[in-house]
Amino acid sequence: MENARVLEERKEFILHKSDGGCGGNGMKCDANSVSGAVSQRACVYCGARVVLNPITDAFHIVHGPIGCASYTWDIRGSLSSGEDLYRNSFSTDLRESDIIFGGEKKLAAAIEEIAEKYHPKLIFVYATCIVGVIGDDVNAVCKGMSEKYNMRVIPVKSPGFSGNKSVGYKMACNAIMELISKHNQPKQEGVNILGDFNLAGELWIIEDYLAKLGIQVVSTFTGDSSYESLLKSPGARLNIVQCAGSSTYLANRMEEEMGIPYIKVSFFGIEDTTNSLIRIAEALNNTEAKEKALAFTKKETEKLQEFLAKYRKNLEGKKAAIYVGGGFKAISLIRQFQLMGMETVVVGTQTGKKDDYEIIESLVGSNTVILDDTNPAELEKFMKAKNADILVGGVKERPLAYKLGIAFCDHNHERKHPLCGFDGVVNFIKEINRSINNPVWKYMKVEG
Amino acid sequence: MLDYTKKEKYDRTALRVNPAKTCQPVGAMYAALGVHECMPHSHGSQGCCAFHRMFLTRHFKDPAMASTSSFTEGASVFGGGSNLKTAAKNIFDIYNPKIIAVHTTCLSETIGDDLNAFIQDIDIPEGKYMVHTNTPSYKGSHITGFSNMVASFISYLSVSSGNKNGKAVLMPGFVNPGDMRELKRLATALGVSYTMLPDTSGVLDSPMTGKFEMYPKGGTTVEEIIALGNSELTLAFGKFASEAGAETLKKKCGVPYNLLPIPIGISRTDEYIIALQAFSKTEVPYDIEEERGQLVDILIDIHPYTYNKKVAIFGDPDTVLGITEFVLEMGMIPKYVLTGTPGDAFVSAAEALFTKFGVDGCIAKAGGDLYELHQWIKEDGIDLIIGGTHGKHIARAEDIPFIRAGFPIIDRYIHSYMPLVGYKGGMRLAEMITNALMDRQDRDALEEDFEMVM
Repeated sequence: MENARVLEERKEFILHKSDGGCGGNGMKCDANSVSGAVSQRACVYCGARVVLNPITDAFHIVHGPIGCASYTWDIRGSLSSGEDLYRNSFSTDLRESDIIFGGEKKLAAAIEEIAEKYHPKLIFVYATCIVGVIGDDVNAVCKGMSEKYNMRVIPVKSPGFSGNKSVGYKMACNAIMELISKHNQPKQEGVNILGDFNLAGELWIIEDYLAKLGIQVVSTFTGDSSYESLLKSPGARLNIVQCAGSSTYLANRMEEEMGIPYIKVSFFGIEDTTNSLIRIAEALNNTEAKEKALAFTKKETEKLQEFLAKYRKNLEGKKAAIYVGGGFKAISLIRQFQLMGMETVVVGTQTGKKDDYEIIESLVGSNTVILDDTNPAELEKFMKAKNADILVGGVKERPLAYKLGIAFCDHNHERKHPLCGFDGVVNFIKEINRSINNPVWKYMKVEG
Repeated sequence: MLDYTKKEKYDRTALRVNPAKTCQPVGAMYAALGVHECMPHSHGSQGCCAFHRMFLTRHFKDPAMASTSSFTEGASVFGGGSNLKTAAKNIFDIYNPKIIAVHTTCLSETIGDDLNAFIQDIDIPEGKYMVHTNTPSYKGSHITGFSNMVASFISYLSVSSGNKNGKAVLMPGFVNPGDMRELKRLATALGVSYTMLPDTSGVLDSPMTGKFEMYPKGGTTVEEIIALGNSELTLAFGKFASEAGAETLKKKCGVPYNLLPIPIGISRTDEYIIALQAFSKTEVPYDIEEERGQLVDILIDIHPYTYNKKVAIFGDPDTVLGITEFVLEMGMIPKYVLTGTPGDAFVSAAEALFTKFGVDGCIAKAGGDLYELHQWIKEDGIDLIIGGTHGKHIARAEDIPFIRAGFPIIDRYIHSYMPLVGYKGGMRLAEMITNALMDRQDRDALEEDFEMVM
């Protein structure tokens, strides 16, 4: 699309760093999308579902017409070490008559059908767009069913129109709080990991690192998570937050209501992984763990040097574009590209906050464009203008990059190998190299 | 792993477990992508549009563009009129399509947005078009949405000028671009001049050019849709996906139609060839006769491996019926055939096939789900599963060979380029089926039974 222009209403969401953007005016973010834009964003329900879905032994019932359940059926790639109930799709599949007469009876019957056959401990009921409109009292149904069957049935208020994906994260966090806040737990020397969804088994890598430092993991929200482990979480000493966008709200509530402090961490890239492990030990006042962290990260970093030197030759001077969900991930990615001598020329997020964009701005070179809630036309325009060699994004960005003849790396639900920790650095760089330096690009018809 | 399904059947009236369908709007979006320079527009919350684009992107591995009204709480209380107005202005300004095809969502349907009235109020630029269809997600399935969108293009645009243009209309139904190309190839081979609506070939299987095309070369043009009213005859494939469109064109412009099954397998492809021949009144060219002969030859070669093998087939109704007839032609037994799309016509059509081929003990169900299919398989096992990606849980749990055919296929590549229709499609399907069964035989063979030649 040669004539791609930028919507007038979108101009404030785009920052050209070369314009002298550090002047403090900043850019607009954290707002609703413009009607008519081809937004890459999803809805409240989607936000809630992706956070809660990796609770592996819960029944996740989507109360609404079939679509919402069918699109989120086992889409996340969150792995489980135990139950796999969460990988099924349950829905009330509302039909026309339910819309007219209300869906409460059907919801109650659906819960009963599960309760009587499976005697579950935990059910989440997601109230979708239409349920918000027809006015089903989902709270009352859930409460009634909880009492009748002596199980936890937790409503997740997630009508798609009630904000954007970030609101859904918050609704999911509220549901988790509703589940765990009633449980007084004895304190124990350990941490909860918040906001890691165990894509490609990443959580297991983090747990392994913490074990090497002698730090126990009490509970994980919500990667490879279960009912029993969640209930233990209020006993932890510290919360470590990996996906800040989805889980900071929960960490704040746990700090206020349970007195558990938290720190934000990132395990993407050598620098962030190293800093995070040391900071966790420090936050626990555990000098032994800190010493172990220093030694471990030093050893792992040294081990990587030869690998980095080898691949740096292939990648130095290449230009990267980033379009991911949250700001924290974007920041880690910029650092990882710097390590390889690559420049980030376009960087955007779906739900980044002001603070994130300030850090991003301070990290990138003056030639960079920063975008909030962007769309394919803008991505195309800026990736082309800045000559990006690779795009890091999610499912909808992949074919866009390919059509432009630009390499691609999935850093979202479709990643095929862990990208976190020291192992992740190897996987990430190999993937970037594999895509950028693939011979297939040579066969591309060059634009005349 | 992934085997929590209980063998004992129990009554479920309210709970849908592992659906074999999805909702109307994604079908409408797919149909709209088959119109040249068309921007599909989703009138509702952002998530619907994002989910639908994701679903289509995962199946076709190509960009699926669509815009959204981005409903907020305000819109859901006061109606989405102003959102649509803003959206239309923005879309024409920035994305510059020839036509915007709006479909509703369950939300905009339920709050009662009057799309007709909204569109009449909108200032549509000269030479541009805006159409809409109603696609409540709580009715029918994605197939219904596809069918509704096709019918709406016609009812908004097609006119009859009184001068017939000698063309046939091909309504391909909810099939892959590869199928559409094959349907067109056969029509051309038989000397039939045609317009296909919708036509996603060239849109969702577009070649690599190094450029991102918001509107790739393919798709039915608006001018062609307008001129459909002057066509001689519609060949509509699949009752579920195409009858509504054909009926609309008949009512509006008096174009008669011939409702054909999706031509999967020998006799259904024969039926299509005969219909084309009747239209063009030309001889069937040798090339096509040769292809038919090759397919029959292949089925003879493989028959010792396929005969009496039991299959479960699930997915979209028109496609499932086609595959069902083809496996029957191969001497297999379609023990379970299931679609998530509601509609009794599916069951009666499937049962007619069981009777035609004299097979007993087969079950057909419309409006079913994959949990139930899994229960049937647990009760009485089969040799092969054919359907979209969502069957892989069952295939793994029951250790049954699995062939991916239909929609959506989100864990494999290239399928959307390759036809299932026509004699060529039959050859491909036969190859997949035989290889799956023979791979399985090799895998299970005892050391002393393992052979080089099979």
